[in-house]
Amino acid sequence: MPGSDPPGHPGRTIVVAFIVRRVIAAVLMLAVVSAATFAIFFLIPRALGQTPEGMASRYVGRDATPEAIQGAVKRMHLDDPILVQYGRFAQGIVAGQDYSLGPKKAECPAPCFGFSFNNNQPVWPTLLDRLPATLSLAFGAAIVWLISGVGIGVISALRRGTLLDRTAMTVALAGVSLPIYFTGLVSLSVFAYTLGIFPGGGSYTPITQNPVMWFQALILPWITLAFLYAALYARLTRAGMLETMSEDYIRTARAKGLKESTVVVKHALRATLTPILTIFGLDLGLLLGGAVLTESTFSIQGIGKLVIDAIRGNDLPVVLGVTLFAAFFIVLANLIVDILYAVVDPRVRLS
Amino acid sequence: MTTPPQSFLELRDLRIHFPTEDGLVKSVDGLSFKLDRGKTLGIVGESGSGKSVTSLGILGLHKGGGAKISGEIWLDGEELVTADQDHVRTLRGKKMAMIFQDPLSSMHPYYSVGAQIIEAYRIHHKVSKAVARKHAIDLLGRVGIPQPDKRVDDYPHQFSGGMRQRAMIAMSLSCDPELLIADEPTTALDVTVQAQILDLMTDLQREFNSALIIITHDLGVVAELSDDILVMYGGKCIEYGSAEDIFYRPEHPYTWGLLGSMPRLDREPTERLLPIKGTPPSLINVPSGCAFNPRCTFTDRTEGRSTSEVPELAETEGGHLVRCHMSREERRSIWDNEIKPMMEST
Ligand SMILES: Nc1ncnc2c1ncn2[C@@H]1O[C@H](COP(=O)(O)OP(=O)(O)OP(=O)(O)O)[C@@H](O)[C@H]1O
Ligand SMILES: [Mg+2]
Repeated sequence: MPGSDPPGHPGRTIVVAFIVRRVIAAVLMLAVVSAATFAIFFLIPRALGQTPEGMASRYVGRDATPEAIQGAVKRMHLDDPILVQYGRFAQGIVAGQDYSLGPKKAECPAPCFGFSFNNNQPVWPTLLDRLPATLSLAFGAAIVWLISGVGIGVISALRRGTLLDRTAMTVALAGVSLPIYFTGLVSLSVFAYTLGIFPGGGSYTPITQNPVMWFQALILPWITLAFLYAALYARLTRAGMLETMSEDYIRTARAKGLKESTVVVKHALRATLTPILTIFGLDLGLLLGGAVLTESTFSIQGIGKLVIDAIRGNDLPVVLGVTLFAAFFIVLANLIVDILYAVVDPRVRLS
Repeated sequence: MTTPPQSFLELRDLRIHFPTEDGLVKSVDGLSFKLDRGKTLGIVGESGSGKSVTSLGILGLHKGGGAKISGEIWLDGEELVTADQDHVRTLRGKKMAMIFQDPLSSMHPYYSVGAQIIEAYRIHHKVSKAVARKHAIDLLGRVGIPQPDKRVDDYPHQFSGGMRQRAMIAMSLSCDPELLIADEPTTALDVTVQAQILDLMTDLQREFNSALIIITHDLGVVAELSDDILVMYGGKCIEYGSAEDIFYRPEHPYTWGLLGSMPRLDREPTERLLPIKGTPPSLINVPSGCAFNPRCTFTDRTEGRSTSEVPELAETEGGHLVRCHMSREERRSIWDNEIKPMMEST
């Protein structure tokens, strides 16, 4: 393409076609992910010797008679070929499904991820129940780290080599290397239990119940989680800004007589942020599937806490559900980033 | 502090040095010249001789970049090296503008060509976006972009190399600068477009009585446009004079080499008459004596001074300056009897 004149304007139809293509790709991606996840959770245990009866016994309790177990196998079709089972699983997600569990009938409307081994609750409503806590944590932290990380990165780049820059980058290095359960516990013990400025662990309250409490309880988790990412983003932004500021088009912007602040924000930051946007979308998508460490450290009943408890309790359907849910957010984030990128970077649209 | 000069632009002993890990890079080392309104100065010299660094220096674009700058730059009665940099900023784009060497990397990839021209115009003119847009379309039309009202919204990557160069020129001309520095403005263009662009710049010059500095490897372009020519070598001026001086009475061996290596239709491109052997000098460890001495074929005629003494830039006749150890008579006789006949014979 370089050298030739590509047809002038990316028309509306090209943009729409681009978006449609990406959406279809995302849906296919989800199908593949669900199949792969299903295979990991059902095929591998089977290969390792887990029998349909063993599976079924998780539903009917420990002391069940062989007849009861056989009944459960039949009702849940656990002896069907794996492909048929996957078909039923996928159908459940798309169209819903009815199970008969023991004496009672259980209805599982779409999207149906089955029932928890541990409390026989349907997985999907549990997920939805846990989602607000995870959303609050992830979005709040994202705002904090984006503003502080990018801000510090830009200032560090502009004041390169100064004491400020070196201090910021040292702190950032610490931020990248310190694990959350360490920073989380330290901040809890200092700010919550010793100084008493913020409420301690387990004090998360839904925003609908008490917005003030919600905010107070989340301040420490937000900052702890954001610290890690802010450190990463500060380093990324600094490196990006240093590179961009030496580009020829920055010199052109200065040659026009632009104010240095305009040069930095409108020209340099604009170019630096575009690749960071991609990483941001993926990081956020990943977090929406549950911030496992932060939620555990601060005992926030979010999706991350749900999955860690499910793993401990061998609760396969919940683990499977959360995995797919998380995969959904990652694919969605990818999709949004792709489309946003096409809006922000004019060079993407035609390709 | 010295008195302001009469000329519109005057450089006095300008030095631009970059401290690097390998040592001090003396990219520009004691450069002086004058340029009046309505006149054109051509700067020639091989790659790395300091042409671009000089032009960026005039615009004040080295400040803050770690460069050590000394000397004086007078523009229309104001000294720019010591001036308030925020004031110099307001001169950029309006009073002095530059056409950059590499138009693809010199335009912002995320903004449309029109937006970049509009921005340049609106920094110095308090007009609405719509008015500025009309001006941008008008400019794009003037530099020969077809259908400028449509292409104005294109992004730089959608333009061909030649079109980008023209858009770059449109951007630089947007505020009718009184001093225009064109750094290799026509290298990426074919001959017809090149002629159009050069016409465009001379039009601007005539219309606004602007001063023009044109930097190029193409001696043909220089010959066509320049009133005066400055030959740079290793960050210094080694010969300066009117276009006639440089083309008909050149006195420096390096200038002879440049003229001799001009491609000509009647010769094979590879067959250069007077190739300049060797490589450009290091700007960190400048050769002792005359910086050109390792490549000069006439060192035996300098009474041994070529490696021991730095030659002065001395006037040979009526504003024609040469930096060479050979005597004026010696240089003239070499040109008249050895070089000129050789160039004319083939
Ligand atoms: N910021 C800088 N730091 C260190 N050295 C530099 C810097 N900018 C330029 N130089 C050096 O200064 C010298 C002159 O560079 P300049 O760009 O002026 O050459 P030029 O004459 O324009 O060459 P060309 O014809 O290839 O454009 C080169 O050796 C270059 O490496
Ligand atoms: Mg150059």
